[in-house]
Amino acid sequence: MSTPTAFTQIRAYSRGWLALMGGLGAVIAAALAAVVYMEHQGHWVTGMTNQVVWGIPHVFAVFLIVAASGALNIASIGSVFGREEYQPLGRLSALLAIALLAGGLAVLVLDLGRPDRLFVAMTHFNFKSIFAWNVVLYSGFFAMVAIYLWTMVDWRARRFYKSAALGAFVWRLILTTGTGCIFGFLAAREAYGAAVMAPLFIAMSFAYGLAVFILVLAIGCKMTGRGLGDETLTRLVRLLGLFVAANLYFVALHHITQLYFAGRGGVEAFVLTGGGLITFAFWGGQVGLGGLMPLIIAFAGCGHAPRRRAMMASMLVIIGGLAQLYVLIIGGQTWPLDLFPGMEASSSFADGRLHAYAPTLPEVILGLGGIAIALAISVVGMTALRILPASLGVTSAPCCHHK
Amino acid sequence: MNALSRRQVILTSGAILMVAPAQARSPGQPASARQRWGLLIDTAKCAPDCNVCVESCKAEMGLSGHDRPLTDAQYLRKINVKDPATGASHSLPVMCQHCAKPACVDVCPTGASFKRADGIVLVDRHICIGCRYCMMACPYKARSFAHEEQTDQQPHLPRGKGTVEGCTLCVHRVDQGLEPACVESCKAKAKGAMLFGDLNDPESDIAKRVAREATTRIRADLGLEPGVRYQGI
Amino acid sequence: MLARLLLGVLMMAGAAASFAADLPTLPKAKGEACIEASATMRRDHPDMLRHQRDDTLRQGIRGAKASLKECVACHAAETTEGRAIPVNDPGQFCQSCHAYAAVKPDCFECHATTPKPVKEASR
Repeated sequence: MSTPTAFTQIRAYSRGWLALMGGLGAVIAAALAAVVYMEHQGHWVTGMTNQVVWGIPHVFAVFLIVAASGALNIASIGSVFGREEYQPLGRLSALLAIALLAGGLAVLVLDLGRPDRLFVAMTHFNFKSIFAWNVVLYSGFFAMVAIYLWTMVDWRARRFYKSAALGAFVWRLILTTGTGCIFGFLAAREAYGAAVMAPLFIAMSFAYGLAVFILVLAIGCKMTGRGLGDETLTRLVRLLGLFVAANLYFVALHHITQLYFAGRGGVEAFVLTGGGLITFAFWGGQVGLGGLMPLIIAFAGCGHAPRRRAMMASMLVIIGGLAQLYVLIIGGQTWPLDLFPGMEASSSFADGRLHAYAPTLPEVILGLGGIAIALAISVVGMTALRILPASLGVTSAPCCHHK
Repeated sequence: MNALSRRQVILTSGAILMVAPAQARSPGQPASARQRWGLLIDTAKCAPDCNVCVESCKAEMGLSGHDRPLTDAQYLRKINVKDPATGASHSLPVMCQHCAKPACVDVCPTGASFKRADGIVLVDRHICIGCRYCMMACPYKARSFAHEEQTDQQPHLPRGKGTVEGCTLCVHRVDQGLEPACVESCKAKAKGAMLFGDLNDPESDIAKRVAREATTRIRADLGLEPGVRYQGI
Repeated sequence: MLARLLLGVLMMAGAAASFAADLPTLPKAKGEACIEASATMRRDHPDMLRHQRDDTLRQGIRGAKASLKECVACHAAETTEGRAIPVNDPGQFCQSCHAYAAVKPDCFECHATTPKPVKEASR
């Protein structure tokens, strides 16, 4: 670092802090109540069935897990790729990575049929399972990023900074590959079962992680009265545009590959044209709001101040990301398994027809609870440790760039 | 149950012994890879409106259900298949195909999904965490998730909320030297479309028939090598 | 193990307050003798069952000495009309002792709590 950056904690028990933590705590409490209800009743009170086995909780969980690895990118750009202007943002980047992963895993675990058996999942490993590998990758990610954060916060650990940064960067790439492979390795599900899932998930993680990072940074700086210069925000929103473009590229590649395989024409026609809500979420949410709009905001400029642009683009990417995972996870299961290719099938077990899925309130609350957990951990982290820089330049007056 | 009582059971049911596909293993002996249990199903003998196998499965396994078709368990179902180009249609029972290379076993994080030495694919509910990844991976939609509390379980088939379940090939009967319930009921009450036996035993009826006649497996292209074979699909 | 610990803690707490909960009263079993002495059974039945469950389920070893199915078959009491009472009902064999020791068994989330002859007629 050429010019030392001063980092300060955020002040606890201020009115804003209490209001924020109170709100997050309420959402987390509601989510836990929802979990107790769902686990006591069993999963029949959710929208999930024997046909659509993963639902809204998984949309939120995968979003948070994918965003977690992406949130670390800012730190990696500063350390692994030596871009000094990103280094003051490294601490927040690492903290968010840990917080988002914890939130995502909490949702995933609390949706299990037997969450009380988490210990079993930690002690019984089937190493042929990509899921088991992910348990190792997730635990390792916590450790790697925690060490990396330590080397950033504690000057005595400074000499491990580069190696910790490189280790965490490589680990995060493997982790997102593993998450993508959960879907990529499903040969029988026509919507998945493709190696492109791994790079697609990495591109998704870049975009989602940065979007969450920008929002937390901008709101955090505003709430705690820290300066946040236009230069930083402009840089970040352009980077976000790049990541959104990469995501769109892999989405296009995936769908074009699918369309090329005659046997997968059915599921593609379903997602792209005839899938009702799924199709709407794809074109309107994933591609429109989450893809094209942020691209326009990032590169064509919309006349607004950089802060406004960065926040708008980030929110759109998050909405689009949730839509993207809804299309991927729910849409992929809505399309029935094809036991008899080329034939029409029907049975008492919903064979050969599209499956319906309507999430119920408790599972949505569980998903939102994951976001609240991630944010609460971030706030606690920023309160306990010196995470945020005292200043990142001078905040410009809002709308001064307005035409 | 001790050795004597088991022997008595088998000896006193001489009729069953006559048609039994294999001897029961003696107590204390583990299942062995020398055997490969399988089914051969002749769809020509399977009537579209016949549900005998499904009903016997439900009774045998204690699948009382909660009248919620989307979340109730089905180990065995009848699928009606129609060729849209020719209009030809037929019906067939589909259950866990007891693959030699089961996708559910590969993906299971804890090893709860496992294949017994004799090829029967089971769920170890003691360590199933209910993640449902096996249900995502199985191409045959053979598994169900216990979406709510279960009561009236059969002593030989424990099943409970929050874990995944599926056809066990009636492992509790097979270990006694009996046939699966569906096979027995199809033989007794329908046209005997199902044949059960040891594919590894060249003297068994099933091995002789699959060696002689053309048989197919559902989604053989996936290479999972199911232990259930069909004729006429 | 946990059961033993909890039992110990409970008994110590009871002695300290010169108060002890009433000992569980168990319905009489159907069989003449258990597979082991009562003291052994009380202490070791979880280990015996855990060992057996893996052998039977995963390896297919049948006819083991310890068997939850046989426990239930022998220890489930019957109502005066001859209907079996679940072993995990309050006051019944499994539950009365487990309530006393404050240990919740996970067995009956899945396992049948009454013996039930397979109805051949239903097929």
